Amino acid sequence: MNNKIKVELQCPMPKFDFDVITMGHGSGGLLTHRLLKCGVFDILKNEWLDQQHDGAILHMNGKIAFSSDSYVVSPIFFPGGNIGDLAINGTVNDLAMCGANAEYLSLSFIIEEGLLMEELWQILLTIKKAADKAGIVVVTGDTKVVEKGKGDKIFINTSGIGHIHSKANIHHNRIQEGDVVLVSGKIASHGIAIMSVREGLEFETTIVTDSKPLNHMVMSLLDEFGENIKFFRDATRGGVASVMNEVAEITSLGIFIRQDQIPVDPQVEGACEMLGLDPLYVANEGVFITIVNQSCKENILKYLRITAHCPDAAIIGEITFDNPGTVSMKSRVGGTRKVNYLPGEQLPRIC
Amino acid sequence: MKYLSEYRDPDLVENFLKKIHKITTQPWTLMEICGGQTHSLVKNGIPALLPDKITLVHGPGCPVCVTSIGIIDEAIYLAGQPDIILCSFGDMLRVPGSHKSLLEVKAQGADVRILYSPLEAVKLAKENPDKQVVFFAVGFETTAPANALSVVVAAQSQLENYSILASHVLVPPAMEAILSDENNTIDAFLAAGHVCTIMGLDEYYPISQKYKCPVVVTGFEPVDLLQGILMAVTQLEKGEYKVENQYARSVLPEGNLIAQQTIHQVFEVNDRVWRGIGKIPQSGYDVNNAFKKYNARLKFNIDITPAEENKECISGDIMKGLKKPKECPNFRTKCKPEHPLGAPMVSSEGACAAYYHYAEN
Amino acid sequence: MCLAIPGKIIEITSQFDETFRTAKVSFGGILKDINLYMTPDAHVGDFVLVHVGVAISKVDEDEATKIFSYLKEMGEVEELEQSNEE
Repeated sequence: MNNKIKVELQCPMPKFDFDVITMGHGSGGLLTHRLLKCGVFDILKNEWLDQQHDGAILHMNGKIAFSSDSYVVSPIFFPGGNIGDLAINGTVNDLAMCGANAEYLSLSFIIEEGLLMEELWQILLTIKKAADKAGIVVVTGDTKVVEKGKGDKIFINTSGIGHIHSKANIHHNRIQEGDVVLVSGKIASHGIAIMSVREGLEFETTIVTDSKPLNHMVMSLLDEFGENIKFFRDATRGGVASVMNEVAEITSLGIFIRQDQIPVDPQVEGACEMLGLDPLYVANEGVFITIVNQSCKENILKYLRITAHCPDAAIIGEITFDNPGTVSMKSRVGGTRKVNYLPGEQLPRIC
Repeated sequence: MKYLSEYRDPDLVENFLKKIHKITTQPWTLMEICGGQTHSLVKNGIPALLPDKITLVHGPGCPVCVTSIGIIDEAIYLAGQPDIILCSFGDMLRVPGSHKSLLEVKAQGADVRILYSPLEAVKLAKENPDKQVVFFAVGFETTAPANALSVVVAAQSQLENYSILASHVLVPPAMEAILSDENNTIDAFLAAGHVCTIMGLDEYYPISQKYKCPVVVTGFEPVDLLQGILMAVTQLEKGEYKVENQYARSVLPEGNLIAQQTIHQVFEVNDRVWRGIGKIPQSGYDVNNAFKKYNARLKFNIDITPAEENKECISGDIMKGLKKPKECPNFRTKCKPEHPLGAPMVSSEGACAAYYHYAEN
Repeated sequence: MCLAIPGKIIEITSQFDETFRTAKVSFGGILKDINLYMTPDAHVGDFVLVHVGVAISKVDEDEATKIFSYLKEMGEVEELEQSNEE
C-alpha cells in the first residue's frame, strides 16, 4: 500500500483474532462465517443480508435495467476514495446511464491472501457510506480468497438492478445531426488522482477522485427534460475521447468538439503536461457525457450547473454529418484535428 | 500555466499565421526534427493552417522510433531475467522488438516498471538491494544528462545493483544524414529546442554553412513553432542561411555547460544504428570506460539473435522526409497503431502515428 | 523528444553541497521533487524547464516576453490591422 494514503477508520473495527485475510477465510468454514458475520454483515445489515440466503428475493414490476461491472483499480486506496466506493458508484452510474435508478446491488469480493483486515474494514465502511448516499441496498454477494500472487489485493464485482425512469428514452439510435454534446464536470480528475500515488510517477496534488453517484442527478434531469435527453454515458476508462468515439462509430455520425470549452482543473492540466498525457483519454468516474436536443441545450446546461450542483458542466460540441464515424476537435489555437481511439492504455511519455 | 499558456494564445497564433501567409511567395520544405514538435503541430491542427506552399516534413526526432530493434530485444532479454527490475520511460513500452514489446513481456510476468525519471530508478535500486535495477536509458541529448546523472548518483552511493542500457542518439549527425542524401528535399530545419538547451548552437553552424540551409532552433508551443517557421521562411525568401535561436527563453548559445559536463563524464560518442535509417557514424552515446560498472551491456551477458526490420516498412524514407506516411501502401491498412509494422507508427510522436491519430482525412 | 515543461520553484528541499540540490517545483499547482543539479543559478521563485525530473534550464523571463512584441517590432501588426479595416 502506498505509504502516503493512511487507512483511517471512522468506525471502530471489532477485535478480530486475525490481522490478515487467509485462504481459510474463503473456505466456507468457521473463518468465513466469522468474517462475514462480524465483518461484512455487521456493516451492511439489512433485511435481505440478515436472511443469510443464497440469493435475495425481490419484488419488481415494470421495466428494469441490469448492469454488472468489476473493479480492479490499483492502488486500492487513492486520494478521495478507495476501490469500495468505486465499486458501488460505478454500477449505480452504469444503471443511471441507462436512465435507471439503482435499487439493489450484489457485491462480490475476490481477496488476495494477505490483505490486511484493517484495509478490508475500511473498504466495507466506504461501501456502506456509498450505498447509503446512492440510496441502494446490497442484498447478496460472495467472498472468495485466492493465493498470494494470484490477485492484486482485492477485486470487486458489483451487479445492480433498478427501475427505468418513466420518461427515459435513452438510446444511441435517437442521436441526430444537430444534437448537442455536454459534459457534466471537469475531466480527468480521477485518473490523475490515481496517477499521483502510482509508484515511479508520484507527485503532490490536492486533486481527488471524482467518484460519486450520478443517479439522483440523472433522475431529476429526466424528470425535467424527459425525451429531450437522448443519450448518457459516463466517461470512465479511456476518458471522454473514448465515449465520443464509441458514439460516432455506432451512429456513423460525426462529432465536433471545441477544446476551449472542455473543463479541466489547472492541477490536472499541470499533471498531464508533466507526464505527457492528453486529458481527453484520462479516466473519470463521476463525470458523464450527455447528448441532448439542441432546443434544450441552454436549459439543460443551466439545470446541471445550478440545480444539479455541477458548476463546471459545459456544452462541448455537436453531432454533425461531416467526417462520419469520427470525432474532430478545434484546438485552442484554431486548427482542427481528429480525436482518435487510443490503441491501449495511455502511457506517460518523455517525447 | 505560466510560460506555457501564453504561447498557445489564439490571437497571437492568428497573427503569426497571417504574417507567414504574407511573406511566402515560393514553395518551401521545412523539417522539424523533434517528435515533440511534430506532436504539437499535428495535435493543434497547424499544418493545415499554413500556406499550401509550405510543406512540413516530420523528421526522425523520436528516440522511441529510432531505437533499433536489437536494443529493444536487449531490454526484453534483461526484463526476462529473474532478478532484474527493468525500468523504462512509458513510451518505450509499446515499441515492438523482433517478437514482442516490453508491455507484452510485462504481461507475461517480467518485472517492468514505468518511471518518470531515471533518478527514481536509482531510488528503486537503493530500496531493493537484492535485485538488479536496469534503467532503459533512451533519448536524444535532452535526456542524456539526466541518464548520466543517475549513474553519477549511483556511483556516489556506491550502488552495486544499478546499471543503464544506453540507447542515446544525437541530432546533428541525423541532420547531416538527411541533408547529404541525394534525394534530399529539405530547405530549412526547425532544430530541437530542448536538445539545444543542453548542447547549445555550435554544432549547427557548420551544417548550416555546408548545406546552405537555414537552421532555426525552435520551441514546442504553437506560437514558438509558428515564429520558428516564420524565421525560417524569412531567411529562405531572402536567400539567407544561418542559425537563429527562436527559443532564447531556454536556449543559451553555449547550452547548459553542467549538463554537457555530466554527459561527457559518463558517456562517450559511438556509432549507432537508427531504426529505419541504418548506421550513422558517431551518432550515439554509450557508457564510457570510467563507469563501465554501470553499463548493463557489459554487466550482463545479453544473449540474443540479431533481428531484422520488417521489410515492408518504409520508415527510413519517412524519417528522412523523403516520403509522407500516406504515400506508404500499408498506411492505415496493414500498419496501424494496434499492429505497427515499424517504429514511426508506434510512438505517438512518430510521423505515421501522429498522422494516423490526428490528421483529418 | 524532450517533453520539458516550465515549473516554479517553490522550496529547496535538500542541499548536499553547493551543486546538488532538489526542490519542490509547481506545475500548475501540482508539486514534484525535481533535481536542480544542472541549474545552480535557479532559486525559489524562478521558473525552470523540467525534463524527466531534472531542471535543464532556467527560464529567461526577459527573452520569454520578446515573442509577444516580435511581430509588432517587424511593424506588421499595425499593417495587418489596417488591411483588415479596409
